[in-house]
Amino acid sequence: MNDMQPNDVAPNCTEQRIRLYDGSERRIFLCDEEVPYPDGKLIVSSTDTEGVITHCNDSFVDMSGYSEAELIGQPHSILRHPDIPKAAFADMWNTVQGGEKWAGYIKNLRKDGRYYWVYATVVPNKRAGVIKGFTSVRRKPSRDRVNEAQALYVEMKKAEVNS
Amino acid sequence: MKLKLTVSPDFPPEKLAGWHIFNTWLQRQTGLASHFDVYESYEELHSAIDAESVDLIYANAYDSANLVRDKGFIPLARPAQQADEVVIATSIESNVEKIEDLAPGINIATTADPDVRTIGMIMLEPANIDSANSQLQSFGSYPLVAKSLMKKESQAGFFLADAYDRLSKLIQSQLRPLVRSHIQLISHSFLLSPRAIAHKDTLQELLRNMAEKENGPRVLDDLDSKGWRIPDQEEVEFMIDLMSTLVSD
Ligand SMILES: Cc1cc2nc3c(=O)[nH]c(=O)nc-3n(C[C@H](O)[C@H](O)[C@H](O)COP(=O)(O)O)c2cc1C
Repeated sequence: MNDMQPNDVAPNCTEQRIRLYDGSERRIFLCDEEVPYPDGKLIVSSTDTEGVITHCNDSFVDMSGYSEAELIGQPHSILRHPDIPKAAFADMWNTVQGGEKWAGYIKNLRKDGRYYWVYATVVPNKRAGVIKGFTSVRRKPSRDRVNEAQALYVEMKKAEVNS
Repeated sequence: MKLKLTVSPDFPPEKLAGWHIFNTWLQRQTGLASHFDVYESYEELHSAIDAESVDLIYANAYDSANLVRDKGFIPLARPAQQADEVVIATSIESNVEKIEDLAPGINIATTADPDVRTIGMIMLEPANIDSANSQLQSFGSYPLVAKSLMKKESQAGFFLADAYDRLSKLIQSQLRPLVRSHIQLISHSFLLSPRAIAHKDTLQELLRNMAEKENGPRVLDDLDSKGWRIPDQEEVEFMIDLMSTLVSD
């Protein structure tokens, strides 16, 4: 996946390298500024069975900061924020590949290095009994629930580093 | 065969007149015998479906999910323009200015439409409100939902956005909209039972070109519709997947 570019990001970002599930590395920039979730909207995207983005709606494009063309065909980890522990995504993948619905609080990284919190629900797209891909629908989360998730993820990240 | 037509029971009585007119129009256009049945509740509709007493239905997204996935109904047509969106409002005299000002324990006024309820409850989540910590009261029409807010018997009201926009200026001036959904993907659909598949092409041609048919524009007007378009199966499957992310189970 393409590295994030210093010219795209907000001032005061810090640079970091993260390792993705497929073993590749990506340079990212992080800025400690949250972008509020747009009221009344759902942020929707679909992927193929490998997690490569095949479709996204206007709210998804707006909130990610990328253009639609920059998103389609990219792995969904283009939005991966390092504050979310690996175990959260592992749980999500296990659940949806098993044909079930998964839901949880996710912090996403924008093209400009800022972030946004969502409550995400992911379902398999079953057609004639076969999983053809996955769809995620995000909605505006409760601030209390986000704070709880954040505290939990901090603990999970500590455990990740120690293991 | 007699074609049995119905609609999801979320249509207020004053809108049913339009569906009776549509039924008559359909018979004239197709030469088919058809009958328009009204079900008062979701329980009644669902037992009629189980008894194979529904051939053609204008169903909300929630019912469409069951009909397409479990009963093999075929998507025929969707509204050409309108999607079902929701407005949450409160009384103008309330000091609530945004959703996050609401708190658990409130009374919510709504109608029987399950899509409106689902979308409404989702938009209350940022205030930590869910069905366990609030009371939902169902009214027969949107003006009655408005009345409940104006009397301060409820602190939040769920409206189909189209219905909110059609409230009188006087009523609207008594209300404060807190949020309006922009989902754009959820709407009612015409669905055909697998038993009636032989009529699919005829019905789709009629619906798609309704504005050009004799009396078509007038009947569309009676239904508050701007016409229909033909979706592909995947479009409706996608709406159903989307609905499944919104309902709690
Ligand atoms: C439908 C779908 C939507 C997803 N949405 C996101 C998302 O919004 N943000 C994110 O970080 N990961 C999302 N993921 C998970 C990513 O595919 C990926 O697993 C994650 O970013 C972690 O990266 P890694 O698997 O390379 O470690 C989604 C996956 C699917 C199937």
